[in-house]
Amino acid sequence: MSNVLFDAPGPRARVRHRYIGAVTLLVVLAIFGFILYRFIATDQFTAQKWNIFTVPYAQGKIVEATLATLKAFGLAAVLSLTLGLLLMVGRVSKHKWISTPTYIFVELFRAVPLLILIMIMYYGLPPLGYTFVTPFIAVVTGLTLYNGSVLSEVFRAGIESLPKGQAEAAYAIGMTKTQVMRMILLPQALRAMAPVIVSQLVVVLKDTALGFIVTFQELLYLAKSYGTQVQLGSPIIPSTIVVAAIYISLCLLLAGLAKFIEVRTKRGPAKNIRAQQLVNEAA
Amino acid sequence: MDTLLNNLDVFVDGFTLTLQVFLWSALFALILGTIVGAMRVSPVAPMRWVGTGYVNLVRNTPLTLLMFFFAFGYPKLDLPNVSYTTLAIFALGLYTATYVAETLRAGINTVPLGQAEAARAIGLTFGQSMSHILMPQAFRAVIPPMMSVFIALLKNTTVAAGFSVAEAGYIRASLSERGEPAIVVLLWVALFFILLVAVLSFVQRMLENRLKVLR
Repeated sequence: MSNVLFDAPGPRARVRHRYIGAVTLLVVLAIFGFILYRFIATDQFTAQKWNIFTVPYAQGKIVEATLATLKAFGLAAVLSLTLGLLLMVGRVSKHKWISTPTYIFVELFRAVPLLILIMIMYYGLPPLGYTFVTPFIAVVTGLTLYNGSVLSEVFRAGIESLPKGQAEAAYAIGMTKTQVMRMILLPQALRAMAPVIVSQLVVVLKDTALGFIVTFQELLYLAKSYGTQVQLGSPIIPSTIVVAAIYISLCLLLAGLAKFIEVRTKRGPAKNIRAQQLVNEAA
Repeated sequence: MDTLLNNLDVFVDGFTLTLQVFLWSALFALILGTIVGAMRVSPVAPMRWVGTGYVNLVRNTPLTLLMFFFAFGYPKLDLPNVSYTTLAIFALGLYTATYVAETLRAGINTVPLGQAEAARAIGLTFGQSMSHILMPQAFRAVIPPMMSVFIALLKNTTVAAGFSVAEAGYIRASLSERGEPAIVVLLWVALFFILLVAVLSFVQRMLENRLKVLR
């Protein structure tokens, strides 16, 4: 195997690599060992601290919290995809009075930290009389506004990456603007952008955890409430481990889907750097 | 306007801490990210495994969860006492390092193989071909996306507000004691973030244009 950084190794290099590899594994094992040692030394693995997770009632609560997380994610994902499409159409419009306000909207909501958006909904609106804002609504609205703006830019990057001839040919055979967008540009752009769009959905899923800060009753909220029960021995670390396992598996599943789509569509247009950058900026 | 002017001290303190957290975690993320990025492109297989494992695991962990662990779990481990701010910097650094690593790796991958082969063919040593041929090209490809990573980091510093760090995201909580309307305070905070992000985006675009010309 040869690449930009190194040639295929010879026999001496291979021996050296084996030593370096062994040292790397030792260092990593040492780090894990140390963490494990601290966990054991501070009695994190005692039965008392894990008992709660064997109680069916507590398990039901965990399932409930997971569903709350998934519900917020599902709703926010659908809404932000819709908003993203609408904003993208507004953004590429030929009419200045549509495209300029959309541009400002997108740039503003991309720049404001998501947590501040959620706080505006949750702390800012109820005193003004909008008392219907629950933590759930605050989280979903915040996620939608923020990710909708990001996704609209991703869609736009996808459309701009298409050859100009596609739209020109469509206009030449007499299609209207709407037809060109709906039948020619969008299907190709969505296909090219599918992996990036799913990556952005992973960001949405991860960011539902921000709901914890505005008392949305999801997984972290549950972990905190179990973890601070003194009669159970304050099992904050066990409950964090349980919740982390659920969160990370969900995200890994979704990220795996993104990877799968990417591999499946490898024959398509090359990866869009601008779109990847947009997702990085939102993560 | 009164809300801002009457409480200027809280706003200044909050954003100063935000910038401090941002700079320290950026530094930490750059160092750790470079190490992990180097591991991901290393010829040694175990190093690649470790790098890939770290990136895949931490990238798919919510930042809030990382901070949660550091803020509530770490103090239970009987390790040296550290302030919440330091713990937040640690969590932000660990999280952002994965993005730094991926950006660096993508940058190195943009350099065509022929460049390295040509460098070796004219007899440049490993160090020479790195410093004269590969790094200058990779560096150019890396700068704009790296700025995106730092913009994300700046916005992510607000998460620390949920874990007892009195930075910009916490201004609302401090000022609600003084009876200021939350919405006004939060809109000011949002405005300052928009300005800070605009500055970073401006620098990003400037560098992007400059590096494009050089190519």
